[in-house]
Amino acid sequence: MIELPTLGWQSIVIFVVFALSLLIATYCTYAERVIAAFLQDRVGPDRAGPYGLAQPLADAVKMFTKEEFFPGGANKALFVFGPCLAMITALMSSAVIPFGNHISFGNNAFFLQGIEVNIGMLWVFGVVSLGVYGVMIGGWASNNKFSLLGAIRAASQNISYELAMGLSLIAVLMISGTLSLREITLQQSSEGAFVWQDIFNWNIMKQPLGFIIFLVCAFAETNRTPFDLPECETELVGGYHTEYSSMKLGLYLFSEYVNIFVVSAVMSVLYFGGFNFPFQYELRDWLASSQGWELASAQNLITALGTVLLFGKIFAFIFFFMWIRWTLPRFRYDQLMRLGWTILIPLAVINILITGGLITFGVIK
Amino acid sequence: MQPLTNRAKKLEKKPMTLAERAYLPAIFQGLSITMRHFFMKKATVRYPEEVRPFSPIFRGLHVLKRDEQGRERCTACGLCAVACPAEAITMVAGERKKGEEGLYREEKYAISYEVNMLRCIFCGLCEEACPKAAVYLQADKMAPPRFERDEFIYGKDRLVEPVDPTKRSERGIQLTPEQAEALRNKMVQQPA
Repeated sequence: MIELPTLGWQSIVIFVVFALSLLIATYCTYAERVIAAFLQDRVGPDRAGPYGLAQPLADAVKMFTKEEFFPGGANKALFVFGPCLAMITALMSSAVIPFGNHISFGNNAFFLQGIEVNIGMLWVFGVVSLGVYGVMIGGWASNNKFSLLGAIRAASQNISYELAMGLSLIAVLMISGTLSLREITLQQSSEGAFVWQDIFNWNIMKQPLGFIIFLVCAFAETNRTPFDLPECETELVGGYHTEYSSMKLGLYLFSEYVNIFVVSAVMSVLYFGGFNFPFQYELRDWLASSQGWELASAQNLITALGTVLLFGKIFAFIFFFMWIRWTLPRFRYDQLMRLGWTILIPLAVINILITGGLITFGVIK
Repeated sequence: MQPLTNRAKKLEKKPMTLAERAYLPAIFQGLSITMRHFFMKKATVRYPEEVRPFSPIFRGLHVLKRDEQGRERCTACGLCAVACPAEAITMVAGERKKGEEGLYREEKYAISYEVNMLRCIFCGLCEEACPKAAVYLQADKMAPPRFERDEFIYGKDRLVEPVDPTKRSERGIQLTPEQAEALRNKMVQQPA
């Protein structure tokens, strides 16, 4: 049964998450340039506004005022549809991510999450794998060999790495026994006695190999270096977005950053405890018992802190993505395929077997 | 063969170890290198606000000198224009009239003197050719960027140095022995 306040709250959350993902993606462009500069002993954009913080704004103005170009022989409808699809799928997947525990006003408790569904992880995976259609359609509709090659690469790469990603995820699902991201997060919390116990409850401690596989696949799924073959400028001019200009190109670049944000959020939730942090229950109980707070408001404070910390984890991952980008060179295409099919997938299967054995003998869970 | 240095490193092709094939240790090594650079001092010079230090023997923007009484030294002999390999200097000579003795040192002076900074290669041959010690390349200034080509043709309005001696460039001034010694020390301390 759906109550109107819940629906209203959900739409507010979804709107906020939508705005936040756009804002974060905007500033990712800035962060990417600054981090790249710092890793190369430069200072990066620092002219627009204090510390160059208005640079994304200037970039957006530039993007919007560029010429809207349609290549000859391009399929116009699909040419426009490609970037739209890429953007839509990138934005849709953040709806099920729990950005915090519940917040209570009076008797009503609200989740800091767009939609709480019991198939959250499946939703993320389904939508993310739809994202490759945006790239493929755009690359094909451009009527350009380089674009087509980029699109083909994107498709084969995403399909290959989705397998290993899904397999590494299955091990997590075996431990948690649920697909709901909120449930998975809550299982990683503990009313434990030590800080150790809190951190040890995070899935990274139970699934270190699975996390590494997931991380590598996440790089491939978001088309980031060292797996950015679909848009590798040295071989394919610009890859699938060679023919794109103006805001249609902007949408592609934007969707890439939104994808990074989403996949960072998913990794934080799945492996790094989501909105949990050490001593959260101790802090709540201490506030409630000896500081005279109401239990509900103490819980609200914990929730807010957890949300802030979750975003901290997400930003750390985004930084890691950029750090890797400016450290590692691009893989060759056959190396990429060999890594995916002959190393990551067998490793993921072995990981499933080990996890199954550990669960059977009662070592974990 | 005799090696040129003793730094030569003998390489042999051997199968990669497990750690090398796993690639992860190498990645962490690379990540630590880039992270070290993250905290290093940045090489960027934020140009308009911050100017790279010039060498004391830098050859920059031209200046037409005045003598001790503030008169223009140039006598429009044209030797600088002849010496100029880029043909960047043009001038028109004129005769000094009565009452202008405070302005020009010789009876003949340059009515106009133009240096095209787009042609100039800043070799300093004009400076060497000048018999009157009138033209010098300043060590502390260079031709700033402009939007229009004609703005790079510097006339006398921008070349002749100010009458006020305190506002003049250091270069080309007749130095006292102490000043020359100080300048020489400065050059020794900051090699170019």
